[in-house]
Amino acid sequence: MKTHVIVFPGSNCDRDVAVAIQNIIGSSPEMVWHKDSTIKRSDLIVVPGGFSYGDYLRCGAMASTSPIMKSVIENANKGVPVMGICNGFQILIESGLLQGALIRNSSLSFICRDIIIKPTNTKTIFTNKSKISKMPIAHNEGNYFANSNQIKEIEDNDQIAFQYCDENGDINAHSNPNGSINNIAGVFNKSKNVLGMMPHPERAAESIHGCDDGRNIFESLLS
Amino acid sequence: MTSSNWQFDTEKSLVESHGLKLDEFEKIVEGLGREPNLTELGIFSAMWNEHCSYKSSKYWLKKLPTSGERVIQGPGENAGVIDIDDGDVAVFKMESHNHPSFLEPYQGAATGVGGILRDVFTMGARPVANMNALRFGDPNHPKTKHLVSGVVGGIGGYGNCIGIPTVGGEVNFHPSYNGNILVNAMTVGIAKKDKIFYSAAAGIGNPVVYVGSKTGRDGIHGATMASAEFDDDSEEKKPTVQVGDPFTEKLLLEACLELMKEDAIIAIQDMGAAGLTSSSIEMASKGNVGIDINLSKVPMRAANMTAYELMLSESQERMLMVIQPNKEELARSIFKKWDLEFEIIGEVTDTKKLILHMDGEEQASIPINILVEDAPEYQRDYIVNDPSPLISFESKDFEDKDILSDLLKMISHPNLCSRKWIWEQYDHMVMADTVVRPGSDAAVVRVHGTNKGIAISTDCSPTYCRHNPYEGGKHAVVETWRNIVASGAEPIAITDCMNFGNPEKPEIMGQFVECIRGMGDACSKLNYPVISGNVSLYNETNGEGIYPTPAIGGVGLIRDLSNTMTIDLKNEGNVLCLIGESNNHLGNSHYLSIIQNKEDGGTPSINLDDELKNGKFILDCVANKLLKSVHDVGEGGVLVAIAEMCISGMQGIKIDITKDFLHGFFFGEDQARYLVEVSQNKLEQIEADASKSAVKIERIGEIGGTSISINSIGEIELSSLIDHHVKWFNEF
Repeated sequence: MKTHVIVFPGSNCDRDVAVAIQNIIGSSPEMVWHKDSTIKRSDLIVVPGGFSYGDYLRCGAMASTSPIMKSVIENANKGVPVMGICNGFQILIESGLLQGALIRNSSLSFICRDIIIKPTNTKTIFTNKSKISKMPIAHNEGNYFANSNQIKEIEDNDQIAFQYCDENGDINAHSNPNGSINNIAGVFNKSKNVLGMMPHPERAAESIHGCDDGRNIFESLLS
Repeated sequence: MTSSNWQFDTEKSLVESHGLKLDEFEKIVEGLGREPNLTELGIFSAMWNEHCSYKSSKYWLKKLPTSGERVIQGPGENAGVIDIDDGDVAVFKMESHNHPSFLEPYQGAATGVGGILRDVFTMGARPVANMNALRFGDPNHPKTKHLVSGVVGGIGGYGNCIGIPTVGGEVNFHPSYNGNILVNAMTVGIAKKDKIFYSAAAGIGNPVVYVGSKTGRDGIHGATMASAEFDDDSEEKKPTVQVGDPFTEKLLLEACLELMKEDAIIAIQDMGAAGLTSSSIEMASKGNVGIDINLSKVPMRAANMTAYELMLSESQERMLMVIQPNKEELARSIFKKWDLEFEIIGEVTDTKKLILHMDGEEQASIPINILVEDAPEYQRDYIVNDPSPLISFESKDFEDKDILSDLLKMISHPNLCSRKWIWEQYDHMVMADTVVRPGSDAAVVRVHGTNKGIAISTDCSPTYCRHNPYEGGKHAVVETWRNIVASGAEPIAITDCMNFGNPEKPEIMGQFVECIRGMGDACSKLNYPVISGNVSLYNETNGEGIYPTPAIGGVGLIRDLSNTMTIDLKNEGNVLCLIGESNNHLGNSHYLSIIQNKEDGGTPSINLDDELKNGKFILDCVANKLLKSVHDVGEGGVLVAIAEMCISGMQGIKIDITKDFLHGFFFGEDQARYLVEVSQNKLEQIEADASKSAVKIERIGEIGGTSISINSIGEIELSSLIDHHVKWFNEF
């Protein structure tokens, strides 16, 4: 599998996701500098977490205008799997590949802890091996919002990828860490080849992380 | 008034406003053979303040042990370096940012983190972990909550953005910090042994390069401000606080590490306290050379900046380097890639002087040796007061039936309650190498790409130090050592952050001297040297000094991560045992302060032989796979430690012991003790081993159930313990 990880100024989970890809998919990704303009052939493009451009202006807004994003969008439109994690999710929203908005956590503070998510649609290239999974979140702006028309549209079209839930898989207010509407933790584009998610699967990818549930997302891509 | 008097008064107030004493000014005139101009006076002020010159502390710091077989670089560089095998080294240091954090908590704390990160990556190391040691005033003081949220926000804001995990730390509250909070930040980085970078400038004619952010007018006189006491007008000093930009620092980190892979850098020094002044002078002094700088070339954020402002600005995220002349273009292209300033502003000379030009005119010319070697050094007068007397408490003074309600009060107190509210605001997992997260005895971070780890702990008990500075100094060192042992690591070395009041007061100087003596004894005995550190004096407001606070950051090595230990109880049926002697020492304990609102009874004394023996026993047990969990018995005593283990592991325990003085046993703060979880089938072996090593071991109880129950006393549900433990910060 030929994989790519985009590196923006301020990306800081680029190495973490590269390590996870190497360990799980079995080959190391090509790291692509944001000022490069093309990705020729790819089986997976990852937009990693971090604070691209310091999250100044609005999270992901500046990175979405980087030269490389044109190529990411072209690849996405051709059906290449594209995955945005945390800040990467914010960038994919800002670039128009995904719907909705990510606003400040309802607690108004940064949250770093393990949460549990449940795959809402397990028939996609990213989630065909997914189950109820524990993995960390680490963000200040992870509160997913979309208006009622958009929500209806993404629900009708099975575009919700993951929802925050409790150990039993119940989706309730108690298990919602950041105020996301309908506990949404991740969404797909219409054709399900673009995924954005706030939780960090690459931080739950080997035994020393205390949990390796994040592996199933990468394993889904292999099958 | 005659004209000469007028001139003298102006000069005197100018000297004093620069934080210099008149006799120090005379020394400058004598050294230069003339009066300094304003820029030069500013430079002397920046170099000779307490923060940069260590003039009151240097004599005593030299008494600390600083060498050892694993020490590669001791104090004196940007950070210390230890050998962690396989050609890898750990680089670390702790530094204070107390004064600015009190004035502006968010930016003060954030730039404290930024500064210590630069100290570490200047040495060629990639930072892998941030830690901190924080002290705030009375929890009910009107300013405390504002300061706590600002400091926590600032530490998180900087560390989260740059993408270095903040893996742990400590927080205490005490009224002695009402007017002077302490923010001590520590960074640990990893480098290759043959790729360490130092600050000594070399090579006459080599270019001196400025990289990073532009220079603005922020933070002028920051280090001088940090070398003075506060009074009612201290709010006016807010403009001396720097503003941090973690995004630029991230770029600077990546650009520096990228350039360090090339053979281009001869010397590198970050521009921290006293900015361009101290960085250029330290590089010249260490290399025994001179430096010429053309200040017109310095990238400026504001128009019409003067030489004085440029030299004293503490704008953040800047570095000074001496590079190989033939690598200029390569270096420039790397910094351009990262959208950072790169400017050749001067050259190395053989004059042994700092010479500054601007707009074609000479602005300063000062021999380096006058600034550095001839800097004032004081052996200040000191008085060592007798330690507070020991009080022996007896069983009849306590009602045993209250033990469980006392426990609830203790674990809900701000000094002992859960710090989850704090650490959840820090990204403690970025870099994906965090093995032990905050909340255990020591944080453990994997050395990337290996199966070994670094254990890190910060600690200090200021109340112990206040009532017995010698034992308190010992305790601060030993507590980190014990925390590292409890995580299954071999303790290697420490960094210290010496926070005290006004050293011109003999009793404060006495506290400093005694703390150093205690620390030195502990470091020597435990083979646990000091490899870096920082001194912060004048932590006083309106004449009231803080408690003596020698915060220690310890680092240890776990060769095989499968031997990592944590505090959470693992399995029902296992037995909890106490290692070490218990003598009911309730003096200056959390029990007395929280339950009885008293601060007396004397600091517990530490037997270093016992520490060494018991610590070694724990590490042997870890190596022999006898232990399931370990927790050092520290603040609050045995029962608080048991409660923490139960809460972390979501396991109950049935405690079955017989003691004459239950309060003394459960809440006493005797030293050199650990709680260990052992499976039933290893129990006899560990007891036999303990007996062979002359280590005291006693069975405390069996793990299981959903409560802490104590025979003959009663029980308390885990859910209730947790509610109390998290309450204070949740209602913050």
